[in-house]
Amino acid sequence: MSSIITTDKLNLWYGDTHALKDINIDIQKNSITALIGPSGCGKSTFLKTLNRMNDLIETVKTTGEVRYSGHNIFSKDIDVNELRRDVGMVFQKPSPFPMSIYDNIAYGPRTHGMTNKANLDEMVEQSLRGAAIWNEVKDRLKKNALSLSGGQQQRLCIARALAVKPKVLLMDEPTSALDPISTSQIEELILQLKEKYTIIIVTHNMQQAVRISDNTAFFLLGELIEFGKTEKVFSYPQDKRTEDYITGRFG
Amino acid sequence: MNKKRKLSALFIRSAMYLCCFITVALLLFMLGYVMVKGVPNLSLKFLTTKPSHMTGQIGILPDILNTVYIVLATLCIVLPLGVGAAVYLTEYATSQKVVSVIEYAAETLSGIPSIIYGLVGMLLFSNHFGTSILAGALTLVIMNLPTVLRTTQESLKTVPQSYRESAFGLGAGKWRVIRTVVLPECIDGVVTGCILSVGRILGESAALLFTAGFAHAVNGMISGLTSPGATLTVALYVYAKEEGEFGVAFAIAAILMSLTLLINLLAMSAGRYFAKRRNV
Amino acid sequence: MKKKRLFEDAVHGIFLLLGLVTVGCVLIMTVYLILSGIPAIKEIGLFHFLFGKEWASTASEPQYGILPFILTSIYGTAGAILVGVPIGFFTAVFLSKIAGKTIRTAIETAVNLLAGIPSVVYGLVGMFVLVPGIRKLFNIPDGASLLAAIIVLAIMILPSIIKVSVTALDAVPREYEDASLALGATPIETYFKVSVPAAKSGIAAAVVLGVGRAIGEAMAVMMVAGNVANMPSLFQSVRFLTTAVASEMAYSSPGSLQQNALFSIALVLFLFIMLLNATLNFFLKRKKEN
Repeated sequence: MSSIITTDKLNLWYGDTHALKDINIDIQKNSITALIGPSGCGKSTFLKTLNRMNDLIETVKTTGEVRYSGHNIFSKDIDVNELRRDVGMVFQKPSPFPMSIYDNIAYGPRTHGMTNKANLDEMVEQSLRGAAIWNEVKDRLKKNALSLSGGQQQRLCIARALAVKPKVLLMDEPTSALDPISTSQIEELILQLKEKYTIIIVTHNMQQAVRISDNTAFFLLGELIEFGKTEKVFSYPQDKRTEDYITGRFG
Repeated sequence: MNKKRKLSALFIRSAMYLCCFITVALLLFMLGYVMVKGVPNLSLKFLTTKPSHMTGQIGILPDILNTVYIVLATLCIVLPLGVGAAVYLTEYATSQKVVSVIEYAAETLSGIPSIIYGLVGMLLFSNHFGTSILAGALTLVIMNLPTVLRTTQESLKTVPQSYRESAFGLGAGKWRVIRTVVLPECIDGVVTGCILSVGRILGESAALLFTAGFAHAVNGMISGLTSPGATLTVALYVYAKEEGEFGVAFAIAAILMSLTLLINLLAMSAGRYFAKRRNV
Repeated sequence: MKKKRLFEDAVHGIFLLLGLVTVGCVLIMTVYLILSGIPAIKEIGLFHFLFGKEWASTASEPQYGILPFILTSIYGTAGAILVGVPIGFFTAVFLSKIAGKTIRTAIETAVNLLAGIPSVVYGLVGMFVLVPGIRKLFNIPDGASLLAAIIVLAIMILPSIIKVSVTALDAVPREYEDASLALGATPIETYFKVSVPAAKSGIAAAVVLGVGRAIGEAMAVMMVAGNVANMPSLFQSVRFLTTAVASEMAYSSPGSLQQNALFSIALVLFLFIMLLNATLNFFLKRKKEN
């Protein structure tokens, strides 16, 4: 397998706070990588750096490189909107736009210039099927997306992210706001998505990391402490701090 | 990103800058124009004398006094009414229906144009008290009632429930709790309501034309209330539209502009002061 | 103990009365407007009054048709909305979404000041700047016209449109915008395709509020519109519902058909405003439900 995202001595500051310290990581294509660690350890910050969502915060400063398909995403000739199209994101809180289900999914493709109705229809269906929610919403595509349940909303958001044909999906605790049944549906979906996409997921739930991820990265205080095969990280952690964390001694 | 997207982003961005520019430029132009045309006509004599047919000189002392009288009279009546209504809504009212009826009434009042207030004021008050400052003030009371009600109500809502509970817990009666615990806490809303009302009264003309009239005589406070008189704003209108005294009109406009600035400044610093006090 | 109870009840009663003053004011105003507005309509006939094209209250054979006023008020308000809303809207998006803190505070202060300027001052400046300007620019005999009124009204409704829209746009959850950006939309695309639609009830309320202000404004319009009871036309002197009342009330004699007709005009205006209030409430309620 080849790597799709590589970071090289990535450092990030929020004003004076050093939030990420010399992060070097290699993300494999079509793998699921779980980012774990206590709150405030930098895992969400790291995730948001990968599609430059941190750009929106004025005081953020970065050094080092993040290479996506071999190109440094911080270089001047990278179009950040194209980057975000390739590296999509699903947020913690389901955040469908207050429009119809159809318009939610079509939003991305339309933004990127797709206007043909037939193409849009096909794209909407494909994405909703991809996110395993087609059967539940196919009869009410014109209904407001906010009328869906929390779990459905989150799958809709995943479908919305799929509709711009990303290569990588970043997920920021996508199930933390959901009930157990919706959570297991989403986890199942994530496992299916692995065939076509590379997924990086932040989670607070150790069991979830074990259940779905191939690789696990443990962050602590802005540092990447340990990164490796999930079974290995959880069964034979190399670092004392990782062991303390996954056995629940802190965090 | 394709060219079309870039172009439309550029277009929208320029439209936004242009519109902001227009907004700010309008204010600067209004300020500049009125000041340049008005300030040269201001003098101590202009401010401290009354118009005289003998000398043909115009002074605006009566209009200044009338404005002061009408502001004071309006506030004296509207404050107890507005604060009382707000207290009723937040402290006494138990039926949601009554609350929504009163709130709807207040909303309705704040949407009615001032010319209609002028007419009703004429029918209700001027026909009984004569065209007078008092009739004008009473009209303005109705107009400003929703403002005082709303600002007081908003500030009453922020009084922590625990204050009331602890006072009740000490065995205080309802009125005592309101008087000693609740009312002192809503002073910021009352002050804000006052400032907004003063601003509105200073700017009002249509509601006063037929209720307070447009006389330019100097009166004492008490006799002033019962006689007709123009406020600064009404005087501006009369001098500009009926008498063609544009120098005078611009001089008054310059005064009104300065008062507008002052009131905004007051409102801003009051807001900051109270926000700070709340946070301590 | 009983005495104390009585006292508390009395205080309660007093506050209840104070609370009901507001309701009383609305009722009294409504009743007075209807009572004083009906007689003239009865005498003139509703149809003739509303759809009569000629107003000549002081002619030897007086005519009391207020269609010119109604249409002028509608055209004038529509014009003001057409000019003022886009400017206010773009300014509001800029303030809420793009401007840094300092610039935002500065522009908001400017907007508050604009809102505080008395309408007669707008009228005065309009008389001196707009009226001659329009006369020269379009080479017409008199610049006091519907166009001048539209421009003054557009400026006067600007602050309320900006303020209400900014509040609505500020309330759009940040998540919507982040989600849109994460799909590769640019910030500008995000603001106009996600934030604005999400705030549409609030923005609609801003427009309705602007309509209310424009249709109710009297003095500024009186100073720049010329006040001749023509059917509306952009470059002609016109009279609004508000200015029809304001300009004749002072010299109409009490109890005359002329004055009663003026009250009827006020009643028509009042009904317009009530209709707008109901619309406004509709939008605000919908906003709450979302």
